[in-house]
Amino acid sequence: MAESPASILGYARVGREILKETTKKLRTSRFTITIAILTLALLLHPTAVQAIEETGAVADGDTAWWVWPLVLFVITFVMGILAALGGVGGGVLFVPIVSGFFPFHLDFVRGCGLLVALCGALAAGPGFLKMNLASLRLAMPVALIASSCAIVGAMIGLALPTHIVQTSLGITILGIVLLMILAKKSEFPEVKEADRLSSALRIYGVYREASIGRTIDWKIHRTLCGLVLFTGIGVMAGMFGLGAGWANVPALNLVMGAPLKISVATSKFLLSITDTSAAWIYVNRGCVIPMMVVPSLVGIMLGSFIGVRILRVAKPTFIRWIVIGLLLFAGTKAITTGLGLPFIV
Amino acid sequence: MTEEPATPKVNEEQILYAKILEIGMSLGLGILLVTFALYIFGIVAPCVPVEELPNYWVMNVDDYVEATNNDHLHHEHPITGWSWLSVLGKGDYLNFLGIAVLSTVTIICFLGITPTLLRKKDRIYAAMALLEVAILALAASGILVVGH
Repeated sequence: MAESPASILGYARVGREILKETTKKLRTSRFTITIAILTLALLLHPTAVQAIEETGAVADGDTAWWVWPLVLFVITFVMGILAALGGVGGGVLFVPIVSGFFPFHLDFVRGCGLLVALCGALAAGPGFLKMNLASLRLAMPVALIASSCAIVGAMIGLALPTHIVQTSLGITILGIVLLMILAKKSEFPEVKEADRLSSALRIYGVYREASIGRTIDWKIHRTLCGLVLFTGIGVMAGMFGLGAGWANVPALNLVMGAPLKISVATSKFLLSITDTSAAWIYVNRGCVIPMMVVPSLVGIMLGSFIGVRILRVAKPTFIRWIVIGLLLFAGTKAITTGLGLPFIV
Repeated sequence: MTEEPATPKVNEEQILYAKILEIGMSLGLGILLVTFALYIFGIVAPCVPVEELPNYWVMNVDDYVEATNNDHLHHEHPITGWSWLSVLGKGDYLNFLGIAVLSTVTIICFLGITPTLLRKKDRIYAAMALLEVAILALAASGILVVGH
């Protein structure tokens, strides 16, 4: 049977659309993978680490004062991209790396780390909220608990010996990495029925999953259990000065059953609230040196802007592995720093 | 999971929150960049000369606030809490203005969405928003003093 010219033209148009979409997706995923590999390589490459260490060795002598703010800017720009993709605050990467390889005292690194995490979240927040990837209804009850506990955590953290805090944090992060690797479903967790609390609070939503071209309806369960977890997460966020994305994502995704992309985006947005409360405690204490803070903030915010745009089209599986990689790196670094061991990549 | 490529509708308060956050973040970042430029180019003289900074950033926070006060500011008390407002004329402390805006924007966001939540008779979430404002304001107030 012969096809009419109109239908042939129709097929050709559909074919062109498919080709265009496929090319766009291929370009995007290639770009995402390249960015991820390059940034991870920059952070993990022994030569880069050694170069920073060597520069650090002469910091007190010959190195000009402006070298450090400049290096901070470059490093935090890279961290900004990774943090937005991984749903972690930049602080979780910033504190171990900067405290390990830069000459700044840990008090300022922690204060700066919280501000870095906060500003990365502020930069990413509006985009995630408008795209309906971050859920305000999910974030608000969680933030209420986490932010009040973060104040308590910040006050404890400023009084505790740092090496104990860092070691226990590293162990916790590695535990979460293990949990995420072993978990069978986390991209779209199966939530058969929403629990009473989440139903009463109307915590549910719908979002467009661009990577598979579908609209996803989601709801959550185990809300009370999740909220209890966020008391601990809040305390740790303030205590360690590391943000809390590393714990937010597993709690929202694995415990409460929110889809991974919703968890990542809501976690990022949540940091803008949790870290605000903790950051104020550090700011009021005097843990702020503008020459450290501003290059770091600008770097992380610019990186986050790029990260958000990549996340819009990136596949959840890929994001999950970035989260795992980031947590593994940050956890190992925290343990070695806490125990006073050299960090071997 | 559905096949329709429809764009999901976003809550009114969520869009409002995003807009306020975007404006506040842009404002804070703008102030931060301008004040940092004034500081770094020496247009506004700092309290601690930039070339002396490596001597101070290796100290713990207690020593740092004491040392900078003794060496440069000579105030009765070291600069902690909101007392940076009294030295805004110094290039380094001028940067605190942008940091304060960025750290306050979340409070403004919650205050901004409260009328919308009340209009929608979403009293639980309106109460949550106000409680969040109170918590963040307490943290920002400087009342909660802590030390090593």
